[in-house]
Amino acid sequence: MIIGAGQAGVQTAASLRLGGFKGNITILGDEPVLPYQRPPLSKAYLKGEMDGERLYLKPAEWYVAQNVNVQTGKRVTSVHPEKNIAITADGEKLNFDYLVFATGSRNRPLPIKGAGLQNVFGLRTLRNVDQLRPHVGTDKNLVIIGAGYIGLETAAVARALGAKVTVLELADRVLERVTSPIISTFYDGLHRSHGVDIKTSTNTAKINGKNGVVDSLTLSSGLTLPCDALLVGIGIVPNIELAADAGIACDDGILVDERSRTNIAHVFAAGDCAKRTILPYGHIGRLESVHNAIEQGKQVAAAILGKPLPKLDCPWFWSDQYDVKLQIAGVSTGYEEQIVRGSIKDNKFAVFYFKDKKLIAADAINSAPEFMIAKRLILDGTEIPPQLLGNNQCSLKEIVAHY
Amino acid sequence: MPKIHFTAHDGTEQTVEAKAGMSLMEAAVQNSVVGIDADCGGSCACATCHVYIDPAFLPLTGTPDDMETSMLEFAEDVKETSRLSCQIIVSDVLEGMLVNTPESQ
Repeated sequence: MIIGAGQAGVQTAASLRLGGFKGNITILGDEPVLPYQRPPLSKAYLKGEMDGERLYLKPAEWYVAQNVNVQTGKRVTSVHPEKNIAITADGEKLNFDYLVFATGSRNRPLPIKGAGLQNVFGLRTLRNVDQLRPHVGTDKNLVIIGAGYIGLETAAVARALGAKVTVLELADRVLERVTSPIISTFYDGLHRSHGVDIKTSTNTAKINGKNGVVDSLTLSSGLTLPCDALLVGIGIVPNIELAADAGIACDDGILVDERSRTNIAHVFAAGDCAKRTILPYGHIGRLESVHNAIEQGKQVAAAILGKPLPKLDCPWFWSDQYDVKLQIAGVSTGYEEQIVRGSIKDNKFAVFYFKDKKLIAADAINSAPEFMIAKRLILDGTEIPPQLLGNNQCSLKEIVAHY
Repeated sequence: MPKIHFTAHDGTEQTVEAKAGMSLMEAAVQNSVVGIDADCGGSCACATCHVYIDPAFLPLTGTPDDMETSMLEFAEDVKETSRLSCQIIVSDVLEGMLVNTPESQ
């Protein structure tokens, strides 16, 4: 039984069948639609460049052909691992031999009065985007709280659709939680050049509504902004309550080992909700990414089937904004040194991050080769002099020939 | 709907009927073809949909753009027949095409 019909849940089911699992597989999802990809929601799908049909992870026929029982609109309200049963919101008692939490995460709510008004949106589900889209057309005033990837990707699409966009960020720079000041400065400039108004070190003091609808925001500076729609993109909260209530060890994530197994042998967790040792660094954390969901889904299947663990990849992420592709290899948290390769003014460069002489992460802007190489060097724990990677005279081919 | 034959590095053979107009990657993922994960869903960001195309069909799959070329430059196990399957659009001329997936996937 897989609770959660996202990337991790579907991957677990697909890998189990590919590995020859003969038992019944049930995926329980609380959304009303078949499992779909989330990354395009803030990109091509919001922009109207991708049909809903193409969002689906698998076509409906796949579930039939693979004998995977996918149940949509099904919410599990409690789990009892000692009795091997789960209870759903409609009172059904479901049995399992193995249980997988692929419960994902939810939007972090904005802790301000008025956050529940009609034209306040999050961006995580298909429904979120379908509701938001009519509000991001020509000359609409879209205000976005949170300058993370969701906020900035949405800002880029909304500008392309003709909306007037203001981004509010509590920190003193955009993408503060996830990247270095060099990348933050680059994206700040990129968005401003496309007409986005970015206000950092800014708190929203008050949401002003009329008849259940937001019409303006008052900022901590005293400024009032007109607002036709408010998007809140201030991060996610992992969905761990179901697991925690069932006695499964959690700490801002469902704790799992290298096989994505929880502290209960027949219970697993994968994707956004799971917290694991992140290789090659060795610290414990959650990774909010497609790569992580797929990798952990495969680990669960391998564990259940008693097969060798699949090869680990370097954690990676990507973001598309305007005509700029950012590819991120590794996790840069705690870096001690950095070096830039390429040309920032030409929108084509990479920042490499180092700790203890080793390359630990890279942010590659329109620089696929740098990204591809960084992934390998990071995974191998390569010690490499920063000056060498920063030397534009030295080709990447020459560099990798020695490492 | 052209039939495409996939062979994984471990010898697993799968034939899929691909809809014209979708990408080769989408056709593979929708049918759970072994060795094609396509983490990025087709935005040419990950190279996890790397495939080898039957040389006879290679010219029919189109020409890789700059992004694809630069992704493939440093992907693992790259050969002359390497392509990213997310960048190949399926059409009837690909009927019977043989596709292999690399060992690294």
